[in-house]
Amino acid sequence: MARVLLRVPTMTEKGSVIEIRALIQHVMETGYRPNAQGELQPRDIIWTFTCRYGGEVVFNATLSPAIAANPFIAFTTIATQSGPVSFTWEGDNGFAQTETRHITVT
Amino acid sequence: MKRIALALFACCSIASADERRSGLLDMRPEAQAMQRDDSMNPGMLWVLDGEALWGRKPTPAAQSCADCHGDAAASMRGVAARYPAFDQASGSAIDLAGRIIQCREAHQAGPPLARESKELLALSSFVAHQSRGLPIAPPEDTGMRAVRALGQRIYNTRMGQLDLSCAQCHDDHAGRRLAGSSIPQAHPTGYPIYRLEWQGVGSLQRRLRGCMVGVRAEPFAYGSSEFIAIEAYLMERARGMALETPAIRP
Ligand code: HEC
Ligand code: HEC
Repeated sequence: MARVLLRVPTMTEKGSVIEIRALIQHVMETGYRPNAQGELQPRDIIWTFTCRYGGEVVFNATLSPAIAANPFIAFTTIATQSGPVSFTWEGDNGFAQTETRHITVT
Repeated sequence: MKRIALALFACCSIASADERRSGLLDMRPEAQAMQRDDSMNPGMLWVLDGEALWGRKPTPAAQSCADCHGDAAASMRGVAARYPAFDQASGSAIDLAGRIIQCREAHQAGPPLARESKELLALSSFVAHQSRGLPIAPPEDTGMRAVRALGQRIYNTRMGQLDLSCAQCHDDHAGRRLAGSSIPQAHPTGYPIYRLEWQGVGSLQRRLRGCMVGVRAEPFAYGSSEFIAIEAYLMERARGMALETPAIRP
């Protein structure tokens, strides 16, 4: 499991705009870099990130080899209901990780 | 007459102020913001890795760091601020990473920790993070005096094909630009750092290797007495400045 740093408000007012931040540890190896022996290192990147809120996709991003290691993604959404907010990263070599937090809307 | 007195006053008040500044302040605002907010600082990923390792036994029979040292927030507070320190047993100076390597060997009998390995950087980041905000306070013992003097000598010696000393860049030209980078004053306040160019965390010695390679000099070996001496001198030069681990640097 890759280490993840998430910032999601635990409690907020209905209708308010909330900022969500997600940082994940990942090499994001481009596939274009030679190693010390001069051989190309195979590509190893995260290629998609999805955030679901109450089961519905509220944010989605496609990542590319040009993105630096340990990608940081910040976005906003509107607090509509109490429920789970899940984050999924998928990538090369079967990389798949999901983290879930709960948000309470009052 | 009045004007002369004023001018004199202005000159002297500038000279007496502390003109030392952390490399943090030489960075663009986005990079500074990244360091100041733990939820954006990728160095925190290494600190969290280190926290997990702190509580884990390297082999089933061994004790974890926590078994001996307890809560790091109490036992490791201030430790990074006074390294390198004099090691009575070996009669030489030891840096923080070297002390952690020694603990693994002597007290855990576990697999050795290699310099710049992910595990050692994580443990060093976690231990040094316990001193974030504390002033650098090098030990006063006599053993360290000779070590710092050696470090100062190396710092002032021209080296490499470019024939430049550390001091020529970091004392004489600090604040000016070298190609795309601004030259910092070289204070060791943030180590291990997350360097954007490395896209990962590295030690002060890795940073120093970069400077030595930059002037086409043969870098000292990791853990060598020369590197520990430079580190000790840089810490003395930064005495009283606050630690920032994990810092971001370009
Ligand atoms: C079996 C007990 C034991 C274990 C396990 C242990 N240590 Fe230690 N540690 C010590 C002792 C005792 C000292 C005092 C110096 C010495 O004798 O080496 C020390 C000293 C240190 C110091 C220097 C503290 C200072 O005030 O200068 C650091 C840093 C440290 N240990 C880190 C670690 C880390 C990180 C781990 C886990 C990887 C670890 N230790 C595991 C017993 C232990
Ligand atoms: C040719 C000029 C030059 C020389 C000589 C040089 N450096 Fe540097 N050094 C730099 C530059 C430029 C940076 C910043 C690089 C960047 O921002 O990516 C730097 C960064 C550093 C840093 C990091 C400071 C921080 O804020 O984290 C330290 C420490 C350092 N140098 C120490 C040394 C030491 C010790 C030597 C001698 C062995 C040395 N440098 C020689 C140009 C130099």
